[in-house]
Amino acid sequence: MKSVAEAGTPEAMRAAFGRRHRLRLWEALPWLVAIAAYFIFDAYLALGAQILATILFALSVDLVLGYAGIITLGHAAFFGAGAYTAGILAANGWGEPLTGLVAAALVAAVLGTASGAIILRTTGLTLLMQTLVVATMLLEAANKATRLTGGADGLQGMDVWSIFGVFRFDLFGRTAYLYCLVVLFLCWLMTRRIVHSPFGLALNGIRENVGRMHAIGSPVGRRRLMIYTISAALAGISGALIAQTAQFVGLSSLGLQRSGEVLIMLIIGGVGQLYGAFIGVPLYMIAQDRFSAIDPVYWYFWIGLFMVLLVVFARGGVLGTIARLRRRG
Amino acid sequence: MTEAFAAVVSIAFHGLALAMVLYLISVGLSVTMGLMGFINLAHGVFAMAGGYAMTTLMGRAGVPFPLALAAAVAVAVVISLILERLLYRRLYGGDELDQVLLTMGLVFMSVAIANYIWGPVSQPMLLPPLLSGHLDLGFREFPTYRSFLIVAGAILVTALWLGLERTKFGAQIRAAVDNLRMAQSVGINTSRLFTLSFALGSGLAALGGGLGADIIPIDPNYALANLVYFLIVVSVGGLGSIRGPFVASLLLGTADTAFKYLVPELGAFFIYALTMAVLLWRPRGLFGLVR
Repeated sequence: MKSVAEAGTPEAMRAAFGRRHRLRLWEALPWLVAIAAYFIFDAYLALGAQILATILFALSVDLVLGYAGIITLGHAAFFGAGAYTAGILAANGWGEPLTGLVAAALVAAVLGTASGAIILRTTGLTLLMQTLVVATMLLEAANKATRLTGGADGLQGMDVWSIFGVFRFDLFGRTAYLYCLVVLFLCWLMTRRIVHSPFGLALNGIRENVGRMHAIGSPVGRRRLMIYTISAALAGISGALIAQTAQFVGLSSLGLQRSGEVLIMLIIGGVGQLYGAFIGVPLYMIAQDRFSAIDPVYWYFWIGLFMVLLVVFARGGVLGTIARLRRRG
Repeated sequence: MTEAFAAVVSIAFHGLALAMVLYLISVGLSVTMGLMGFINLAHGVFAMAGGYAMTTLMGRAGVPFPLALAAAVAVAVVISLILERLLYRRLYGGDELDQVLLTMGLVFMSVAIANYIWGPVSQPMLLPPLLSGHLDLGFREFPTYRSFLIVAGAILVTALWLGLERTKFGAQIRAAVDNLRMAQSVGINTSRLFTLSFALGSGLAALGGGLGADIIPIDPNYALANLVYFLIVVSVGGLGSIRGPFVASLLLGTADTAFKYLVPELGAFFIYALTMAVLLWRPRGLFGLVR
């Protein structure tokens, strides 16, 4: 009885909240795996860099979907905007990668604020459609602005400089891998701070019960717009990373398939737990790489079957299943 | 002047034919999403199944047009009943994200299966001699098949609306869309209702896919490539509404035809801008229920 009473005191609650965001030992695991992968799978570093950049993309979707409950089928808008920003800069004589990332983040963030201010007043299916429509409009615009984007042929002739003028992007993807890893780590640190901050908790409240958040005077609209902007910036950085490391940007970076696939990867990993992206993205992309090497047609069948079986037997993705097994055991 | 008039007639005609196909395919989706609250991104799979069954039966087996159409509907209904009992049923009232994952998984599988059986090229629609060629209406000629499509679509839509207005089954569907719990408490077997309306919607989609194989080409990516159009019809029309999607189909069909005819460069862009504008003006769609 005593412990219950203690748990209710302000001090105990503050301590509990303090513990929530303490770094745990297992949180080092993804990073140790990523560093080990650099040495063990050195023939697959180009794929590895793509995976790391896509994890960042999935992380940005997790911020809006898992924490603010904004369901989106159009996050490729920001991913593609970032990719094209970095790509167009590099193709027109400014190949400095870090400023390219910053520019991509800014452009994506502005786009996120502008579109979010218009569409975030809706919810549910309507919001899903609005996000989809924004991305598709951008795709159409990029398709028509041939002189700037290269249109359907994709953006050619990118020249990305060395990082700090020292680390050249090599053919084996060593620099690309470490570059993506460091950027992902920094963005993850920031994301982690955000979701454990009072702002992040308010977002959880909005997801769980909007009516009550309105009632206690929380500025729901402004907070949704803020997280949408932050998430857009992260998606933009992710797009820029892929553009710089692949030295190419295609129209598919703005496509519905890109938005859909990242959503699927995130759901496979688990939504709203910050680590779903780290599980779902490698799982999906490595499976895709292996299956499509064997047979590009069957690959879709097997991943589809995998998704159906996941829903039937392991709801809530990998993390959701782990949590369920732990509760039971 | 006469040239402009001819363009208007042409746009209205082709737009109407497209609208009929879009409505037949999408109305079932509106009911599924409105009645069961289920995000069914795999709805286009049933239309595709109908289209493949139809083109294959007519093109390879030489089955006559009406029989092939009936068979296409039957195939889609059977597939939908199996999937509903095995998979969809588990997720009613469940997490939306699981529904997205399940139905996208089904779409991916349908792409691979269609590719495996029919290959990547789109299936030609072999029209029966009676329906091919042109129809002379005195002041100008119209393609016979599209004229038939418009008439057939109008008859089907009327039958559907009458059925939903006048029959007990229709009244039960409308009751369940309006208030599911109340419908359950007055003794409507909503579980059976779900299954039946799901099968009905899939059958209509197959009808649309089969009849419209000439307008919306049947290829393995069908369910994915046209998903946006079906979703636009449903969201602009209003979830759970029967008439809303019809108005939305008319709008989308004529706007799509007009923009692609007048400004082929930016046609699709305007369609999306229009969708966005309508949804900002009426977030629940044109005929959406206020809850």
